[in-house]
Amino acid sequence: MGRFVVRRVLQAIPVLIGVTFLIYCLVFLLPGDPIRALMGEKQDPHLALVLRARYHLDDPLVLQYWHYISGVFRGDLGTTYTGRSISDIVAQRFPITLKLALTAFGFEAVIGILAGILSALKRGKFLDNVVFIATLFLISIPVFVLGNVLQLELGVKFKLTPVAGIEDGWPASYVLPGLVLAATSMAYIARLTRTSMIESVRSDYVRTAIAKGLPRRRVIGVHALRNSLIPVVTFLGMDLGSLMGGAIITERVFNLPGIGGQLAQSVSLREGPVVVGLVTLLILIYLVANLVVDVLYAVLDPRIRYE
Amino acid sequence: MSEQIIERPVPADGPTAKAPQPEGKPERVASLWRDGWTDLRKRPMFLISAFIIVCLLVLAVAPGLFTARSPFSNGFCDLTNSMTGPGHGHWFGYDVQGCDIYTRTVWGTRNSIIVGVVSTVLTTVLGGVIGILAGLTGGWIDSLVSRFSEVFYALPILIGGLLVMSMVGSSNVWTVSLVLSVLGWPQVFRIMRGEVIGNKYNDYVAAARALGAGPMRIAFRHILPNTLAPIVVISTMNLGVYIATEAALSYLGIGVQSPSISWGLMINDAQDRWLTSPHALLFPAGALSLTVLAFIMLGDVVRDAFDPKLR
Repeated sequence: MGRFVVRRVLQAIPVLIGVTFLIYCLVFLLPGDPIRALMGEKQDPHLALVLRARYHLDDPLVLQYWHYISGVFRGDLGTTYTGRSISDIVAQRFPITLKLALTAFGFEAVIGILAGILSALKRGKFLDNVVFIATLFLISIPVFVLGNVLQLELGVKFKLTPVAGIEDGWPASYVLPGLVLAATSMAYIARLTRTSMIESVRSDYVRTAIAKGLPRRRVIGVHALRNSLIPVVTFLGMDLGSLMGGAIITERVFNLPGIGGQLAQSVSLREGPVVVGLVTLLILIYLVANLVVDVLYAVLDPRIRYE
Repeated sequence: MSEQIIERPVPADGPTAKAPQPEGKPERVASLWRDGWTDLRKRPMFLISAFIIVCLLVLAVAPGLFTARSPFSNGFCDLTNSMTGPGHGHWFGYDVQGCDIYTRTVWGTRNSIIVGVVSTVLTTVLGGVIGILAGLTGGWIDSLVSRFSEVFYALPILIGGLLVMSMVGSSNVWTVSLVLSVLGWPQVFRIMRGEVIGNKYNDYVAAARALGAGPMRIAFRHILPNTLAPIVVISTMNLGVYIATEAALSYLGIGVQSPSISWGLMINDAQDRWLTSPHALLFPAGALSLTVLAFIMLGDVVRDAFDPKLR
């Protein structure tokens, strides 16, 4: 187990370095000169030279990347071209996106799995069809349309939720955006749980559990559910990363000052270190979530062992 | 998937040695594909989605058949009509520039379909070929390609799209398709590689090798047909996903650019005035949802019909 985790962490390191380098290359290749953009109408060639030297802008790509990544390993994410510390930006923006993604994560896990179980148990009945049609709609309607419609209906007309912004804090400001962000994945989880539950309800061990007289609640909740959760947990693990990435749209609809807006702004200002820092964090979360999933397999299915 | 082998016996080396047809009525052999097709035709969901998709294809190929004027013609937009709601002769109303939303929605179909089809074909070919080669080669090449694919896989598609699209500069349907393919191939690659590794130690591969088939022949004539079903399933499902992603990128302002027409772009334009005139948002959004719905439904039925694990 310990060795497995160590091996997985070691495997993640080249991926992380690869991703940061890839993003650095992309930002490096962006058209435009950030220092000229910074100075606007009052171009000062001398100051430009000083700034270009300070941010290593005239070095070759690999050297620039080296300056950046060695700083990261010393715990220094660098500064923006206006001198603001990037750690500051991350500390301010990242929690908002993380809260949004985790809220969505909670919604999709709870509602998705419950809907899946119900629809598996009522297979072919009315409820199953309702869930099926609901999932079709949730998957087809784009997030930004769903967001706009719900914002108008629930926020503006019925005043049930805050319309936009984060002034009401967690949970009030995050409920509706979280629900919107979770919509598509929720539908996939409901379907995945349903398929997987139907399979395990038919299996021998469930028949045995029923035959030995266990209460239905225990048979469904423990014997069947636990075994059918493996694909669902895999999906959930992969999805946390996509939720953080997909938050960029939800944040825009609901005007949440998370990393989405910052990323768009930094890309247009060509602030490489900011973009790389934020995206690296996103990918770190994705990799950690996948590791947790792999460890969870053994908890859910004792037959799986890590040698 | 032994049916596949029955249908096409392992050929001797040299050109495809066709199995001699027995005299009289040939015995019906049920291949995975024929079975799947028979199954597919009976499903109402397949018929509905196929009907919608055929309509969309017609709209994409010949939008002029359904609209009186081209949205690119002079004087198409009339500012005096700005934000007029639906009415006689303009069933979807007008947008903020006074352009007819019905005409623009119809003409927008083409871009969505192009992005969906091109991205799907490119990711399937790219991911499939790299997957089959990596899976068969194994060793350090496989490890290297797998790590490389993980780099792309870990990058969320919208974030990657934001970066690459800003880098490319000129955004049109073709660059959007290309970007989606570059970011999307690892998904197909992973499935293909897994399938190939699962298949390559099977007896039929050993038999083909024993008969002297070269590595390319084994890869594309023997292993490929046996690994194709999951790839077809995932690619069909991806069609809808790529169409939705294109709309999302255009919505964020980094996809298709005006004057090209994209539903995502139309939705973005309409969003600010959504409270006062919802029609400008609802019609392109409805068209987008219907399109994605049709492709998702198609993906669903194709999965049910072809995925060997579900049969």
